[in-house]
Amino acid sequence: MKEKQIELIVQKVMEQLQAKFPTENRADPIDKGLIFTEKDWETSIPKPAFQEGVADLITSTPARIGVWRTGTRPLTKTMLKLQFDHAAAIDAVGGEVLENYLEEFALFTVETCYENKEVYLKRPDKGRVLTDAAVQTITERCHNRPQVQIVVSDGLSACAVETNLKDVYPALLDSLQLNNLTCGTPFFVKGGRVACMDHIGEILEPEVLVLLIGERPGLVSASSMSAYMCYRPRKGIVESDRNVISNIHPLGTPPVEAGAHIGTVLQKMLEQKASGVKLEL
Amino acid sequence: MKSSITLLHKTYQFRDLKEILAKANEEKSGDQLAGIAANDAQERLAARHLLADLTLSEIRNNPVLAPEEDEVSRLIEESINEKIYQSIANWTVSELRETLLSDNTTNHEISRIRRGLTSEMAAAAAKIMSNLDLIQAASKIEIITQCNYPIGHKGTLAGRAQPNHPTDSIQGIKASLYEALSYGIGDAVIGINPVIDTAESVKQILQMTRDEIDRFQIPTQNCVLAHVTTQMRAIKNGAPSDLLFQSLAGTEAGNKAFGISIDLLNEANELIQKEGTSHGPNLWYFETGQGSELSSDAHHCIDQVTLESRCYGLAKKYKPFIVNTVVGFIGPEYLFNSKQVIRAGLEDHFMGKLQGIPMGVDVCYTNHMKADQNDMENLAILLGSAGVNFLIGVPMADDCMLNYQSTSFHDIASVRSVLGLRPAPYFEKWLEKMGIIEDGRLTGRAGDPTIFM
Repeated sequence: MKEKQIELIVQKVMEQLQAKFPTENRADPIDKGLIFTEKDWETSIPKPAFQEGVADLITSTPARIGVWRTGTRPLTKTMLKLQFDHAAAIDAVGGEVLENYLEEFALFTVETCYENKEVYLKRPDKGRVLTDAAVQTITERCHNRPQVQIVVSDGLSACAVETNLKDVYPALLDSLQLNNLTCGTPFFVKGGRVACMDHIGEILEPEVLVLLIGERPGLVSASSMSAYMCYRPRKGIVESDRNVISNIHPLGTPPVEAGAHIGTVLQKMLEQKASGVKLEL
Repeated sequence: MKSSITLLHKTYQFRDLKEILAKANEEKSGDQLAGIAANDAQERLAARHLLADLTLSEIRNNPVLAPEEDEVSRLIEESINEKIYQSIANWTVSELRETLLSDNTTNHEISRIRRGLTSEMAAAAAKIMSNLDLIQAASKIEIITQCNYPIGHKGTLAGRAQPNHPTDSIQGIKASLYEALSYGIGDAVIGINPVIDTAESVKQILQMTRDEIDRFQIPTQNCVLAHVTTQMRAIKNGAPSDLLFQSLAGTEAGNKAFGISIDLLNEANELIQKEGTSHGPNLWYFETGQGSELSSDAHHCIDQVTLESRCYGLAKKYKPFIVNTVVGFIGPEYLFNSKQVIRAGLEDHFMGKLQGIPMGVDVCYTNHMKADQNDMENLAILLGSAGVNFLIGVPMADDCMLNYQSTSFHDIASVRSVLGLRPAPYFEKWLEKMGIIEDGRLTGRAGDPTIFM
């Protein structure tokens, strides 16, 4: 008999069997799909010299240790975990904040001269300057010379805004009220760098300005946000004139706590008429 | 000096050597940010043709930054051996390239030539070399140095154990160190980047690494990569430091932004000669990286390849034990994507080796660059082929303190395995004694950090 004929017979028998026992041949997990949780990334050293010590080592650091190997290479899950964390960071840099999300906070959008994502990454200077259209828009729509100006920007992580703004923003407004501070017209800057504060400061002349901006994503968190604050921001301001609360995300500085703290810092800036290294906190 | 070229039928005019050097570079976002890059691909090649035809004396006689204005320029100028320089002064950059690549030019011959070269000449050669040229030429060069134990031998690849921790937890650092050692990594140095830049904290980390080195008799050296002034204070307070570390820039102004000067380095050098705990004679660890001068507005409109080369000219004075470029740390505005990072890694390694520097490379990237771990694995293999002295070892390549990705313990072990490279000789003997390596291969015990508990 030829090989092809055997194959045909086997195929026929299999089909008959499948018709006879339809349910038994369909494994359940295929229907449900693969359910993969944090725990499924875990690997372990098969026969450690000191079993009790493994947990001590692993819990002492967030570094990826005790992961084991195949030959000189990592195990599949360890490698996929690293690639997954990097994927989250990549998507954070390349992502955009959805307009309707910003509408929830009544934030309108203006842009810097960043043009597109590639230029944004290559030319930090362009993200520090608003477009002419943006200048006109905020001149028309915003209160001039407010006590506190709030600005939100995607920066290097769009998902930092989407993850944290819903907690930071209301807490910030509450803390302004608590400190009897009045707030101008907040807005969103697309393609912003930290120093876009200076340009905005020139136009609106606020007493203090707070910029909530997405940080450069790390592998631990791709959605970390910073709050940069400055007293009378304007061109020529140096880094050390600004105050910052960084690492704002659910596993870092809790967003609600950060929002509340910002009000306190702004209050001190107004009292001392200073910010940055000159400010006593 | 010729400053224009008619390439076929089109004429290109350049202002000066600085412009020719900048425009001859492979495309780099940093040169574009500085506004000094070639306007198009053909202008880049015009600059490269012209550069290839310039003589070494023309490069020396047209300084990109005058010695009267800059102490790094002064130091490089003063370090030239005039007799050797005279013997090669009439070579064109093209002849320098071809000499370095010639089968007749050995490591021994290159070690003579280098004494007549300036950093700018080394950079010029790199600019007219392809990636494989850079690998081929560098692979001839052997730079062996010794702190406690020697590294850099042909056929070896060392690794720095970089067991950083986000809060400098001594236990946490120790845990990552055990993991590194269990994969055979740590022969270049056990080097920690601290979060807290105080003498007391630096001393504690140095003391812990010293204790571990003593406890297991590890043939290596320790270092904490704080600012040099902090390390000096720690050493004066009795901290056991084998090496001094400092980041370098290629201009006086760039070093000022790092908070250092040649005077300060000299003072530190005296201290480590007197109070350092190692065997010697090489007692320094330097880090560099293309783009740092531009980032502190200290670049004088000089391109980032030339400035990087000048870092090695400065480093040479202190006879360092190890130097590495942190090639992709600085971000996409200087090196945009993996193509640029790979190119820069090969350039830096070659320019350093040509100048006699024991070069390692921190093969790395940040998450806003167009690069990923595959690109780092590629570059690690390329550098392994080029004879790089050491790579950086981080748990699964993810540095949880500095927030960037480098190469992993697994990666260094893999490069050794694929290319048939060994750990540094004394360290390999120790790994055999510990049962981690046998005949150059990892044993069943390797990868188990609890063997050190």
